[in-house]
Amino acid sequence: MSDLSVGAPVPVRRRQSFFRRNKLVITPLLFIAPAFAMFSLFVIYPIIQSIALSFTQWQGIGPKTFIGFENYRQLWHDPVFWKALVNNIYWLVLFLLAPVIGLFVALFLNQKVFGIRLVKSLFFFPFVVSQIVVGMIFTWFYDPSFGLIAAIIEPLGWTIPSILADENWATIGVIVAGLWPQTAYCMILYLTGLNSVNPEIVEAARLDGAKGWWLLVHIVLPQLRAATFIAIVVTIIGALRSFDLVAIMTEGGPYNSSNVLAYYMYDNAIFRYRVGYAAAIATVLFMIMNVYIAWFLMRLLKSEKGSH
Amino acid sequence: MFPRPIQDQSLLRQRLYKIALPISLIVWLLPMIAIVATAGRSLSDINYGNYWGVPTEWAFVANFTAVFDSSPILIYLMNSFIITVPAIIGALVLSTLAGAGLALYKFKFRFFIFALFIAGNFVPFQILMMPVRQLTLDLGIYDTYWGVILFQIAFQTGFCTFFMRNFIAELPFELVESARSEGVSEWKILIHVIVPLLRPALAALAVLQFTFIWNDFFWPLILIQSDELRPVTLGLTTLKGQFISSFNLLAAGSLIAALPPVMMFFAMQRHFIAGLTLGASKG
Repeated sequence: MSDLSVGAPVPVRRRQSFFRRNKLVITPLLFIAPAFAMFSLFVIYPIIQSIALSFTQWQGIGPKTFIGFENYRQLWHDPVFWKALVNNIYWLVLFLLAPVIGLFVALFLNQKVFGIRLVKSLFFFPFVVSQIVVGMIFTWFYDPSFGLIAAIIEPLGWTIPSILADENWATIGVIVAGLWPQTAYCMILYLTGLNSVNPEIVEAARLDGAKGWWLLVHIVLPQLRAATFIAIVVTIIGALRSFDLVAIMTEGGPYNSSNVLAYYMYDNAIFRYRVGYAAAIATVLFMIMNVYIAWFLMRLLKSEKGSH
Repeated sequence: MFPRPIQDQSLLRQRLYKIALPISLIVWLLPMIAIVATAGRSLSDINYGNYWGVPTEWAFVANFTAVFDSSPILIYLMNSFIITVPAIIGALVLSTLAGAGLALYKFKFRFFIFALFIAGNFVPFQILMMPVRQLTLDLGIYDTYWGVILFQIAFQTGFCTFFMRNFIAELPFELVESARSEGVSEWKILIHVIVPLLRPALAALAVLQFTFIWNDFFWPLILIQSDELRPVTLGLTTLKGQFISSFNLLAAGSLIAALPPVMMFFAMQRHFIAGLTLGASKG
């Protein structure tokens, strides 16, 4: 209280010195504040809202009714939800081919020959193209009457089913389209990783008689660990996020046979006005993805601690 | 080097490799080659069912002109730019600040805040969908460019901050320390010492963000309703309905939509790859 009676200049000087004394704490907070505010408003807060929504019944407008775990109970008994979940598992498993194929493509291209730089860039091409375009291309490819696949194999006397209209094939067809850009992504990660493989260790192992598979598995792959880790993380996240291709290629059909959680959620929220139910699906998807996010963060924390 | 340099191997293997390379490239790019070929096919070929055979004539110019004449694709393209450019600038500014804040200072909860940005970057979009839609409605920016721009800035800031903080943490810290000991303010250190060193990182992020935001389909789908505000990814689905039996035009439209990020990639390849692989070179 006595501070107030001293007069105007003192508090000003005090505030300055307070800022100066604590500038190494205040500055970072000021730097982070705008990003953090935006991120909280558009990402963190909506996540909490969605989880809260999943306990309500809501049509998108009008009153929300709290119904506890009723949405989750219905999900448990919803065959489409289970179908979508199983399809997400298909996505996950088949998508993990992307790091594997990506590694082999990278090994194949990791040579110094004329024009290899251009070849590498062209191999990377699919990743740069929008999934919407990828989806359209593959939809033509698969068409039984005017698709390229039919055009190629019909002269050989085979026929193909209408892949995207066939319950048994639709999901596979969409996943193959997704694998194309994803493999390109993994390939580039491995090509960069191969650049930093220590040639002396490889040479030393060669002198000891190591070659081929053994050399790859025991000498080279351990040095590619960082690339493998990122490739697996982005592939898993990509598999769980799959939406664009499903939306453009099948809309989850036929008879929900190619539905995935992300699309089923969208479908419920936008076309069926079951926003609470959709939020419950999103929450389940979020919880699954949290496993990978936690895995990633734990590894990051470990490497951060290691570097200090 | 692994695998063994092809030059050290038998002549036969070298020849096989040189043959395998273009063949694998053609197989790999078959979808792209097909779409380019279709974009140059004449409508009469399509009508006669000649989808994949030798085209009777090339009609590239006619097809591309037809797409521009008969569809609002020019407006879609412009919308994509109107959304993409400010979103990139916003995300870069916010993440440079936040990345510097996280990399140059030690304070409590530093890792926690950093982790939040990273984790947010991995969340499934769907969990954000309804609340973000509602938020843009409440803010009066639903069905405007701003809704998508602000969301993209906020969301991409997560990834960009991760990238920036890692890049800044690798810079020589002595520069900051010596500036500080000379009494330079923290803000000036950022602008005059740090930012000039960030040029490669900013370039890498800008290129990468361009493809991410340009190619995004989900958020315009959720936040934009009017046809005249649609970016080109969304516009393509409209064209799909409009050109229902004119595959050549649809192919041309798809190529037009894919062109800006592809050109960006070829012009700025090094930066693009740096952006993609920064995470892989660490940890």
